[in-house]
Amino acid sequence: MLLLSCPWCGDRSEQEFACGGEAHIVRPLAPEDLDDRAWGDYVFMRRNEKGLHFERWRHVHGCGRWFNVARNTVTHEILAIYQVGDDRPELPE
Amino acid sequence: MSGESNRLTDGGRIDRTRRLSFRFDNKTMYGYQGDTLASALLANGVRLVGRSFKYHRPRGLMAAGGEEPNGLVRLRQGGRAEPNVRATEIILYDGLVAESQNRWPSLEFDLGALNDRLSPLFPAGFYYKTFMWPASMWPRYEAVIRRMAGLGKAATSADPDRYEKQYAHCDVLVVGAGPSGLAAALAAKRTGARVILADEGAEFGGALLGNGQQIDGRPAIAWVAGIEAELAGAENVRLLPRTVVTGYYDHNALVMLERVADHLLQPGPGQPRQRLWQVRAKQVVLATGALERPLVLANNDRPGVMGAAAVQTYINRYGVRPGRRAVLFTNNDGAYPVALDLARAGVAVAAVVDVRARAPIGWRGDLDRLGIELMADRAVLGVVGRKAVTGVQIGKLNEAGNAVVPGLSRHIDCDLLCLSGGWSPTLHLLSQAGTSLQWDARQGCFLPGKARQAVRVVGAANADFRLQDCLNLGADAGNAAANDAGRRRRGRGPHKPLADVEPALTPPRPIWSIPGTGKGGGKAFVDFQSDVTADDLRLAAREGYRSIEHVKRYTTVGMGTDQGRTANINALGIVAEALDVTVPQVGHTTFRPPFSPVAFGALAGGQTGPLLDPVRRTPMHGWHQDHGAVFEPVGQWLRPYSYPKAGEAMAAAVDRETLAVRTSLGLMDASTLGKIDIRGPDAAEFLNRIYTNGWKGLAVGGCRYGLMLGEDGMIFDDGVTVRLGEDHFHMTTTTGNAAPVLDWLESWLQTEWPELSVYCTSCTEQWAVAALCGPNARRLLAELCPDWDLSAEAFPHMTWQTVAMGEVAAGLEARIFRIGFTGELSFEINVPAGHGPALWAALMAAGEKYAITPFGTEAMHVLRAEVGFIMVGQETDGTTTPDDLGLGRMVSRKKEFLGKRSLFRRDTMRQGRPQLVGLLTDDPGHRVPEGAQLIAGADPAPPQRGLGHVTSSYHSPNLGRTFALALLQGGRARQGETIHIAYDGRAVPATVTGPRFLDPGARAK
Repeated sequence: MLLLSCPWCGDRSEQEFACGGEAHIVRPLAPEDLDDRAWGDYVFMRRNEKGLHFERWRHVHGCGRWFNVARNTVTHEILAIYQVGDDRPELPE
Repeated sequence: MSGESNRLTDGGRIDRTRRLSFRFDNKTMYGYQGDTLASALLANGVRLVGRSFKYHRPRGLMAAGGEEPNGLVRLRQGGRAEPNVRATEIILYDGLVAESQNRWPSLEFDLGALNDRLSPLFPAGFYYKTFMWPASMWPRYEAVIRRMAGLGKAATSADPDRYEKQYAHCDVLVVGAGPSGLAAALAAKRTGARVILADEGAEFGGALLGNGQQIDGRPAIAWVAGIEAELAGAENVRLLPRTVVTGYYDHNALVMLERVADHLLQPGPGQPRQRLWQVRAKQVVLATGALERPLVLANNDRPGVMGAAAVQTYINRYGVRPGRRAVLFTNNDGAYPVALDLARAGVAVAAVVDVRARAPIGWRGDLDRLGIELMADRAVLGVVGRKAVTGVQIGKLNEAGNAVVPGLSRHIDCDLLCLSGGWSPTLHLLSQAGTSLQWDARQGCFLPGKARQAVRVVGAANADFRLQDCLNLGADAGNAAANDAGRRRRGRGPHKPLADVEPALTPPRPIWSIPGTGKGGGKAFVDFQSDVTADDLRLAAREGYRSIEHVKRYTTVGMGTDQGRTANINALGIVAEALDVTVPQVGHTTFRPPFSPVAFGALAGGQTGPLLDPVRRTPMHGWHQDHGAVFEPVGQWLRPYSYPKAGEAMAAAVDRETLAVRTSLGLMDASTLGKIDIRGPDAAEFLNRIYTNGWKGLAVGGCRYGLMLGEDGMIFDDGVTVRLGEDHFHMTTTTGNAAPVLDWLESWLQTEWPELSVYCTSCTEQWAVAALCGPNARRLLAELCPDWDLSAEAFPHMTWQTVAMGEVAAGLEARIFRIGFTGELSFEINVPAGHGPALWAALMAAGEKYAITPFGTEAMHVLRAEVGFIMVGQETDGTTTPDDLGLGRMVSRKKEFLGKRSLFRRDTMRQGRPQLVGLLTDDPGHRVPEGAQLIAGADPAPPQRGLGHVTSSYHSPNLGRTFALALLQGGRARQGETIHIAYDGRAVPATVTGPRFLDPGARAK
């Protein structure tokens, strides 16, 4: 049961949140220009990292806001919490 | 057995002035306040408490705490009955009723014990080897095996007691209130930290309750009382006795089970039986102690074989003498103080048998003084006696410990054998927390590895077995944990009490099984609860099992409700020896929650019956109830399915409602439809991106049907959205998708299109909606709105108006949408939720002359299917595109929208995709089941190639026959063909038609 720090509400238990999967997937600006494979990568293909993973979370039973989390999927250590739209943070090894 | 024959006349923490009566297997016995069921049974001379799982061997109590593998009983009766409760954890109360398990016809004479005589037939993996073929017979084998090898029986009636849940936060959670835990809690408390101290026992003190040690020159138990008083008086401390921590999850989330009323005859008024705690602790201190291992030797499961430390606890804490003549067998120093305590309690100690060549010298003087024989470099080879110990066979082992030196064997009579096979730190919780365990070959146990979470391990759990170390390191850990949680004590460091001097420890001699105990010598048990012997483990190794995880599953070692608390380390050692590798090479099994069994009642808490899931009711629910509605759940909503009249069959009621809408007038409660208020200067642009069709051209006052797709191009939801103003829309969604649609909209606004200025607000529950449908809808509404022009010209289809209703309708102001889901002339009348009942009543009263008929969801389904309207979730299943449903015209070619690109993937454009069609069975009275598969030929015998499936199927009184909708491969090109609907071994012929069966025509204008 993770403890996540919502950027708007502070520390809250995982059960208040919903995980939205991998972060930093940008919707193509001109989908019609993509071939089937490139579009399929955007729609279907997701990373399944053992270790550092950047992912989206939403404080669904709280303020309702989306934010990004850098999490170690092995240790569940939360390495960074940052705003949607921000670049991936620099993390120490 | 006559009375409390084994009760000592004084000593112990029981209250001899408070005598308690209880029944075990229908015999009435007596104990005292402060007893456990186990101590009271021992006091009454009961040795046989159960039969073992597989061989039905007679078993007695071995332990005094939660590690007890044998003493499992069924506690209480009726709905309160609970199986598999450890007698050692049952706090005795007046009127307690318990019975033994897994025996028939009686504990003394159990027919299942035949299994023991036949045991050569039951090796490890017996069930896998024997009963798997033929597979068809397994269900029969399983029924018999379950009856023979079951433990307790669950209650069959509902539990009348209440369970509850509580959440808590703290700076420092201390698990275990032995000397280390108490010292830690006290040190943390004195920093001002918020402390929770939980212990599974009824009393704090841990090992100090049973071993008679001294602290600060007084009996340790007095020190415990002093600490407890200080903690109890502090506002920043919560003390939780009878509370076992069962799970340690990520980020220091722990789950604890508090047995609030299990020690009472029944819970008091308003009191729950148990409370499940979910704790988030900044810092955790594990002071969970250690468990004494038994030694593995022939017939080591006979009643009368007990753990040495358990025996010490029974004497010192409960004033019970578990035998008259004892032999102690040990590989470490732990048994020596027990021998002294036994002698002081009047038990004849025949010998202390120490497998080590050099026994500790520190205890010699005391043993000599009490006349106890010390037999160093000797081992107990086997136990004599069947239903109870009558003696032990003693011999000498060779240096390697793997063979008996011949000729030195000797028999000693005794009725009690105390085993001390060394100590295993209780690290289950730490392991759950993701910490690896490190093998310590010298001490023969696992130690905590590097912790991943904010946790410290102290005391015996950290293999610190000397009391002074426990007190010092406990206090340091408590203080440091509080500091790390941001609490600091000014001035002095933590208080450190002084324990009395303990003799220096002599290293133990790890020995995993006593040789000479194999074939013919009797079974040497490793896991008593699962009936796994040393030979079973060796057999698994011979058969090629290498990983301990596989050995565990094959032999079931460690798979009982005690999770092998006394078995696991011995099992690892035996497997390592059999494979000729080291213990770390074998590895250890993963500990998983719960540490201790948790009843489902506690996990459910208050969420049972009507509180399991919230129920949502519309504002008009009361009217529906008063008028005979039969409800169906739609998500959490309760919607009227139909309103059968007295004596009317359900099918007839649905037909009547369906006909009324087509011929005169019907009224439906549509309040459950999801409603989302969408505002902002970019609202139209936003909808344009969300829906497949165009929205910018929709005029204020207009309504439009929209389809929403996922990015995979599959239909996600549909509904009508109306334009309330230039920057203001009112979206409706399907009932079940209201929340997912709002989440969908929010996710795009927040993450992908933050530049759009749009706000979405759920308003599902703010509006009551009555759908007035049928040829007479306009006539009735005109009577209710006398000042309003409702003509088709003034108020055309797919528009909305705010209408001031007349006096008959209580002067309500309504938002009326000229939209519908039945194909008939329809008005969806929206009023603020509180006005719903008044609106409904006015419509029903005024509609009487048109025989207005309330209709439910089933009639609505029939009506919409007759005119070919789809239902999301019925005609769609997450693999359905708009074109599959013949809704290609809803897809804009001109603009981009979510999921558009996916409609042009090879798979979504291929020929032969399932397409929506109608089906008319040759037999007009035959209604096929929804979900039935479509096949080509008239022979239903498998194998078959499926061509699609039936999505909706009804009887229509308007058509005078049944009809169905289906998704059929390449269906649109197959109209007029005959296909077959396969179900229940039949193939029902049907003609493929278009998906629209009826056209109301001009009357709907």
